[in-house]
Amino acid sequence: MSGTPFIKAENLCFSYSIAEDGGLRRELPVIKNVSFEIGRGDFVAILGHNGSGKSTLAKLLNLILTPTSGKIYIDGRDITDPAITEDDIFEIRRKIGMVFQNPDNQLVATVVEEDVAFGPENLGIPPEEIRRRVNEALAIVGMSAYARHSPHQLSGGQKQRVAIAGIIAMLPECIVFDESTSMLDPSGRKEVMNTIVSLNRDRGITVLHITHNMDEAVLADRVIVINDGEIFLDGTPREVFSHVGELQSVGLDVPQVTELLYELSVDGIKMPDGSPLPRGVLSEEEGAEILRALL
Amino acid sequence: MLKDITLGQFFPGDSPLHKLDPRTKLILTTVYIILVFVARGAPGFAVILLFTLAMIAASKIPAKIILRGLRPLVFIITFTAIINLFWTKGENLLFRLGFIEIYSEGVLYAVLMVLRVVLLLLGSSVLLTYTTSPIALTDGLEQLLSPLKKLRVPVHEFAMMMTIALRFIPTLIEETDKIMNAQKARGVDFSSGGIIRRAKALIPILIPLFVSAFRRADELAIAMECRCYRGGEGRTRMKVLKLSYRDLVASVIFVFFTAAVIAANVFIPWLSV
Repeated sequence: MSGTPFIKAENLCFSYSIAEDGGLRRELPVIKNVSFEIGRGDFVAILGHNGSGKSTLAKLLNLILTPTSGKIYIDGRDITDPAITEDDIFEIRRKIGMVFQNPDNQLVATVVEEDVAFGPENLGIPPEEIRRRVNEALAIVGMSAYARHSPHQLSGGQKQRVAIAGIIAMLPECIVFDESTSMLDPSGRKEVMNTIVSLNRDRGITVLHITHNMDEAVLADRVIVINDGEIFLDGTPREVFSHVGELQSVGLDVPQVTELLYELSVDGIKMPDGSPLPRGVLSEEEGAEILRALL
Repeated sequence: MLKDITLGQFFPGDSPLHKLDPRTKLILTTVYIILVFVARGAPGFAVILLFTLAMIAASKIPAKIILRGLRPLVFIITFTAIINLFWTKGENLLFRLGFIEIYSEGVLYAVLMVLRVVLLLLGSSVLLTYTTSPIALTDGLEQLLSPLKKLRVPVHEFAMMMTIALRFIPTLIEETDKIMNAQKARGVDFSSGGIIRRAKALIPILIPLFVSAFRRADELAIAMECRCYRGGEGRTRMKVLKLSYRDLVASVIFVFFTAAVIAANVFIPWLSV
């Protein structure tokens, strides 16, 4: 839908208040005057180093934290309105699911299928419908065979997929992944990334993927780089990763192949026809193609 | 090593006892416990003993496992036997050695009391803890106690706490293992020295464990809120406990069992205690 954006933030600010010696409180701004729009069905990666405010931003979107000032509209509805009711918050949290970093600390029940049922149970859905949703959600993340297992028998990647199933079963329109891959080993990371990508491509779920892994950010349609509570760069992965120097200046890496071609072009190497090396090369195949042309 | 600990004593299976509704089992266990205390004469105890053996057979749990469950009680059983044997005064003196006197009543008392303790444990474990998973038990308790909600007893919250505790026990055990290994790698010695020294060695394990448990609690609370949790109100369950013909059959059997124990008490109170 091209009408109203699904998520719209206007001049969003958030600060933590910190107690200091002598009982005084000091405001520590974490999000500074941030505005952005995210459309329905988008796959957006939010990049930033530790302490840049990216996780805080995510928690503002479903009112786990309340913004200090500024507005957030979800689906055209102002959620920062002081008159918002408990039921509205409930509905927003159903629409925007969140998957967190530590898979262990978000599973509630002792059996996988019971855990997936937790969200729908909270929504007050009839038992047969919950059963149907749980089976479907487990099938989507490929965990049907583990429905009767206990979470502590699963690997990190599997637990995280169960956590995702628990969110899917609530039929959200958007899922925020708050560094959901950062505690996983490479194979678990791959499992979870594949699941995230297919949720977006096949089911049209809006995805906000918060990460500091560049190779994951490349999979998104759009990358927003947050630095020190402000939007630093915003664009397609190709655009964003062509700013190698700027990214490195705020403590972020770029994918290896992008960095290699960037360094070569800084050293004055040009394409055989004299044109500059392309910037923001993201795939290894494309990089190999260019290197072959150079040799 | 710590990972081998199983939760509770649940022994998975699909015997008729396993298939009973947890609520039925909770109620029947209560009835059973009352009957064990009501029984007075040897015939009454014999009825309960036979019934318990029948339940054990029906549960299909290996006798070895059931006997293992009695092991922690060896001390209490011995203690009960000795106290009753030596301190019961009666009419038929069987044996005297200095100040030690044993009467036939003492022997009877000792046997029946030990039987009572053993039956109590056997019956309740076979009827409840061995054949009911901790989750089913929690669900059953929540449902049974739900009338108390009207008296503002937070039944749902207690059940939720139980579930979360059950969920996190293996996680915390794993974590304890990790912390212990980390401390061992730094040279902490957990296995030598006296009690006080060993207790002191536990401090560097407990503090990190507590800190991490609090952090986990915080994260879990946020994750639960994100999944629209707001207490028991308006919440539905995927699995609804349903009574079946089995529960009816079990209840009828228990009615006869109760009648048999009471009849034995009233009409044939031989060797009563």
